[in-house]
Amino acid sequence: MTRIFVPRDAAARAVGADRVAAALQQEAERRGLAIKLVRTGSRGLFWLEPMVEIETPVGRIAYGPVTPTDVAGLFEAGLVDGGAHALRIGRPEEVPFLKRQTRVTFARCGIVDPTSLDDYKAHGGYRGLARARELGPAATVQEVTASGLRGRGGAGFPTGIKWKTVADTSADRKYIVCNADEGDSGTYADRMLMEGDPFGLIEGMTIAGYAVGAGKGYIYIRSEYPDAIRAMEQALAVARAAGCLDGFDLEVRVGAGAYVCGEETSLLESLEGRRGQVRAKPPLPAHKGLFGRPTVINNLVTLATVPAILAEGAKAYADLGMGRSRGTMPIQIAGNARHGGLFEAAFGLTLGEIVEGIGGGTASGRPVRAVQVGGPLGAYFPRSLFDTPFDYEAFTARDGLIGHGGVVVFDDSVDMARQARFALEFCAIESCGKCTPCRIGSIRGKETMDRIIAGERREANLALIEDLCQTLKFGSLCALGGFTPFPVMSAIKHFPEDFGRPRLAVAAE
Amino acid sequence: MPIVWDEIRGREIIVRHAGREGPLLPILHDFQATFGCIPSTAVPFVAEALNLTRAEVHGVVSFYHDFRSQPAGRHVLKLCRAEACQSMGGEAMARRALNHFGLEWGGTTPDGNLTVEATYCLGLCACGPSAMLDGEPIGRLRPASLDDIAREVAVR
Repeated sequence: MTRIFVPRDAAARAVGADRVAAALQQEAERRGLAIKLVRTGSRGLFWLEPMVEIETPVGRIAYGPVTPTDVAGLFEAGLVDGGAHALRIGRPEEVPFLKRQTRVTFARCGIVDPTSLDDYKAHGGYRGLARARELGPAATVQEVTASGLRGRGGAGFPTGIKWKTVADTSADRKYIVCNADEGDSGTYADRMLMEGDPFGLIEGMTIAGYAVGAGKGYIYIRSEYPDAIRAMEQALAVARAAGCLDGFDLEVRVGAGAYVCGEETSLLESLEGRRGQVRAKPPLPAHKGLFGRPTVINNLVTLATVPAILAEGAKAYADLGMGRSRGTMPIQIAGNARHGGLFEAAFGLTLGEIVEGIGGGTASGRPVRAVQVGGPLGAYFPRSLFDTPFDYEAFTARDGLIGHGGVVVFDDSVDMARQARFALEFCAIESCGKCTPCRIGSIRGKETMDRIIAGERREANLALIEDLCQTLKFGSLCALGGFTPFPVMSAIKHFPEDFGRPRLAVAAE
Repeated sequence: MPIVWDEIRGREIIVRHAGREGPLLPILHDFQATFGCIPSTAVPFVAEALNLTRAEVHGVVSFYHDFRSQPAGRHVLKLCRAEACQSMGGEAMARRALNHFGLEWGGTTPDGNLTVEATYCLGLCACGPSAMLDGEPIGRLRPASLDDIAREVAVR
């Protein structure tokens, strides 16, 4: 029986994957062909979605983007044997966008059946946990430290050190919390993993629990991700029934539409059933986290990378990357990009290579003008900074951040004063209200930006914005207020002409 | 379809979550799924069951964007207003959608059929502008998509 793979990833469904799957089934029945439809995650080549793959003796053959009306023609062209057709892509692994990647965290995404534990194991699943058990808890923590893995949520804190702190703190209970509150615009790596390879996260959290001595884990997923919530619940039920959790208890919790809950301490407050307001640190969550107990709280990508690190060894992971940024990063090319999608690669590619070389420039065909890296709290970079390597320190050195790896491309129709205003407005909408700079500063900043846009006392108001950004940066409790100055100040600095100032010489290209 | 506030149903939901750590958010989610909103009468009810003050429960309900004090329309369309969708002309598309249904942000049509809300990122950022209709994702929005949405909302 021929197996046909159609993604059930939310982005693929958003562009019609369900209708294509139904059409494939119907047409196969009409022709009396026996096919087995497998709903996978997405490979992450979103401009080709819905992308359909057929299992053939020479490997999988892909077609895309497929619409329901293409289906009859595809069968006519010999789809089940990988026949020639205008939509035939060939072997997905040979598509340059995929071929150039180093897939570690996303090795199985888009390939395996995300509901099948057997499929997971057949593709290397649970080798990491087995090796952790051989090593013992302390050596497992040491292995994660040696890999150089840093927090993929954006802060970039060394994961092994966090784990060791929790392991070394004695308590009656400890917790593992997965931060799947992926609120940054331009990011979807967590969502893709939950929908495409949920057992990888379950294994990663089980390893974390074993390494630090925690018996309970929570996966906090934002409510904007109903597909991911369903996929995770489904995989957890399968893993639990198969006895894979092995004494470690895992539970999904759903957020309620608050961006600030992606900040780790407000996420913990939310899990405890309170307003998602930020906690002052110290104490660190590693000492006093969920319900006052030592807690490992990691981003989803961080935890989902752990099984591969254990399975292949710390060295294999640490050999990838540059400087202090070791391993790979799932870069998410988004917005006005011709080839938008997930690109996992070792750290060190330049921003220009990512945007132009891999992303293929804009979808609109107009010139790229600005790129926001790292979500709504990330800086806007002009083309003149396209030589910046994708690396935690390199972006910090240029007053930016890589955050969770989102790269949002804008063409030359963008008005950077509007973008700066939006950054302040977003901060005002999502502020938890605990600290004054963020709660009040964001509103006053938005009002001041409105005056600048209206041409009112521009220089004086720009000076006021700069002053306010200093207060936000140094006076806020968390990254929401503290990092809002990145998009605001970068827009003013690199795109002065949008704020009524003279154009920079370098920006004239 | 949501039902009107009913203490017995409320009690059932609370009992279902008994013994869970930090049960307030799961309870509120279930309340909203059952009653279409968090009715004001439910606040003291939950407070007493969980040994919290009314202020604490009200504080939580009012903090999170998801929780409503009034039920939404029979269908809810969420339009993404975040940066990745902005870069694809999302703001103009959203304005067109609001005009199409004669609504402003957060508004409900007079027949109670459709509520249109803003959302900030659905994680469909390489297929923008994007939206979500009753929990179902919609990508690559174009003017024709609005007719599809209108048709779908009318028949269901």
